[in-house]
Amino acid sequence: MSSSERLRRLLALVPYVINRSSVSVEEAAAAFGVTEKQIIDDLNLLWCVELRAPDPYCPIDLSYEGGEIVVCEAESISRPLRLDVDEAAALLVALRTIAEIPEHGDAVSRVIAKLEEAAGAAARPSSQVAVELDVHPDVLVQVRSGLDQGRRLRMTYYVPGRDENTVRDVDPMRLLIVDGWSYLEGWCRRAEAVRLFRLDRIVDLQVLDVPSSIPEEAEPLDLDDGLFRPSPEDVRVTFELSPAGRWVADHYPCESVTELGEGRVRVVLRTRDVRWVRRLALRLAGSGRITEPADLAAHVREDAARALKLYDA
Amino acid sequence: MSRRKTERLLNLVVCLLATRRYLTAEQIRQAVPGYPGGDEAFKRMFERDKEELRELGIPLEMGSDGDEEAGYRIQRQAYELPEIQLTPDEAAVLGLAARVWHRASLAEAASGALLKLRAAGIDTDEAASLGVEPRVGADEPAFPALWRAVRDRRSVTFEYQGVGRSGPQRRHLEPWGVVSRRGRWYVAGHDRDRGETRVFRLSRIRGEVVADGPAGAVTVPEGVDLREVVTSMGGPAPARRTATVRLRRGAADGIRRWAANIRRDDDEWDLAELTFAEVERLADYLAGFADDVVVVDPPDIRDAMIQHLKAVCQ
Repeated sequence: MSSSERLRRLLALVPYVINRSSVSVEEAAAAFGVTEKQIIDDLNLLWCVELRAPDPYCPIDLSYEGGEIVVCEAESISRPLRLDVDEAAALLVALRTIAEIPEHGDAVSRVIAKLEEAAGAAARPSSQVAVELDVHPDVLVQVRSGLDQGRRLRMTYYVPGRDENTVRDVDPMRLLIVDGWSYLEGWCRRAEAVRLFRLDRIVDLQVLDVPSSIPEEAEPLDLDDGLFRPSPEDVRVTFELSPAGRWVADHYPCESVTELGEGRVRVVLRTRDVRWVRRLALRLAGSGRITEPADLAAHVREDAARALKLYDA
Repeated sequence: MSRRKTERLLNLVVCLLATRRYLTAEQIRQAVPGYPGGDEAFKRMFERDKEELRELGIPLEMGSDGDEEAGYRIQRQAYELPEIQLTPDEAAVLGLAARVWHRASLAEAASGALLKLRAAGIDTDEAASLGVEPRVGADEPAFPALWRAVRDRRSVTFEYQGVGRSGPQRRHLEPWGVVSRRGRWYVAGHDRDRGETRVFRLSRIRGEVVADGPAGAVTVPEGVDLREVVTSMGGPAPARRTATVRLRRGAADGIRRWAANIRRDDDEWDLAELTFAEVERLADYLAGFADDVVVVDPPDIRDAMIQHLKAVCQ
């Protein structure tokens, strides 16, 4: 632990206790995310604060008898330190992001106003960070009402990989906004599995008059490792990209990215469904080609040749 | 980290908060336990300590009372978080806000802020839900350095691998702000090499972002809308035109989602109109649908499609 991190905690611990009259060591440890032993070390350190001149005195008086912390005297550090620019920005930008969610309630704008006032000048740079969400308010509000009422949804959902609208019944589990995109997580009765549906791909939606019924084995997805989950059945596809096709490396989760010099790059993608990769190769044309597997590369050329024939007439 | 150092810094903060008068370095040395005897060693340690306090955001003030020797103090009013009262629903929203940042340098700042607000007596533990929780990642390696530059109004330089470039190029930017759009981070500002407003994608920055100008030197133009700058990628939007395409019946659902005026042409095909701005982009996009789409008009798109498909066949 760095000294500044600990100092930060020490300066917050005193007002934390003062504002609550007394706090148990256990509660303080939980609030600050450290062990009880660490809190006791902190209290001992605070208790040792002394000034030697002009007259020696100990400005902090506290006790933790019976595991209950009481601060009797701590005049100079009885209030927490102001928010710094980073702290004010982290909260304010997050709050303004939440404010983009439809029907977020007026508490959000009240907190923003109060926090801006409390942070003062430190709040200013927060306006230089912005997060744009893709919320699709109409769909989101409808999905949320299905979720709140525990009712099944019937949706027409566009699957870009297959270029197909599909109709399916989904029992909604939760709404997510991850990295700017909104998703519904739910039990898809067609796939009989937990699936994520991007709200911008929901073409049509009905809240059915049927209660949703989510099987016990339906586990919410763990999002800590991102939304893309490789599976053993995946096909590995290798692309060689020219400088103009480099965006592919930014856009899709790649298993490997190898620079080939002159701005060219080789990427390996993993996919369960090669149809979208075929589309991608058709889009890229000269700026990227599939080198492996060879039969997939041949299919792409055949697709293009068939399309080209339509212009012969 | 050593306990002695934390103890000394804490003593220093308490000492400087307790004084109304400016204390000279010598007075501080007398009052605060833990400083070494030697003058040089004291000076070095005191300098480092002052720097640490500033990094923590503690407003260390330098000045003098009348014509006395210059000294230091911390004004209570500048140090203390002002009184802030939140209703339970407001506090709950605050807890939600602190969870927005995911694997990001701002996540740490958010928990630091929450800690101070809790210390001020606010309870943020209550479960808040708007039925949806946004999560935003800012784990791009270039993010922390660019945010610091934006915050401190300093110009920066970095190597940038632009799409369509054969190698990374050194760029010089006066950054105005960072924007996340569709899950990707961008920095917008004044490009000093081009003399124009430019937008850079953080994931395409190679290596370190280095501040190459003094703090406070960058001026963000009055009334600039960062999101707008990023959406338009620094340039004006090209004029929009309309293309007529044939869509295979029962197919090309992706195009049908945004096409206008879809009508039957014959047994095999429908006709539809598409609004577009850039010929190349439209041709790239339509090529993905292979033989489910044919461009009828205008001729430049038709030609672009033919060239594009020929390139795939080669």
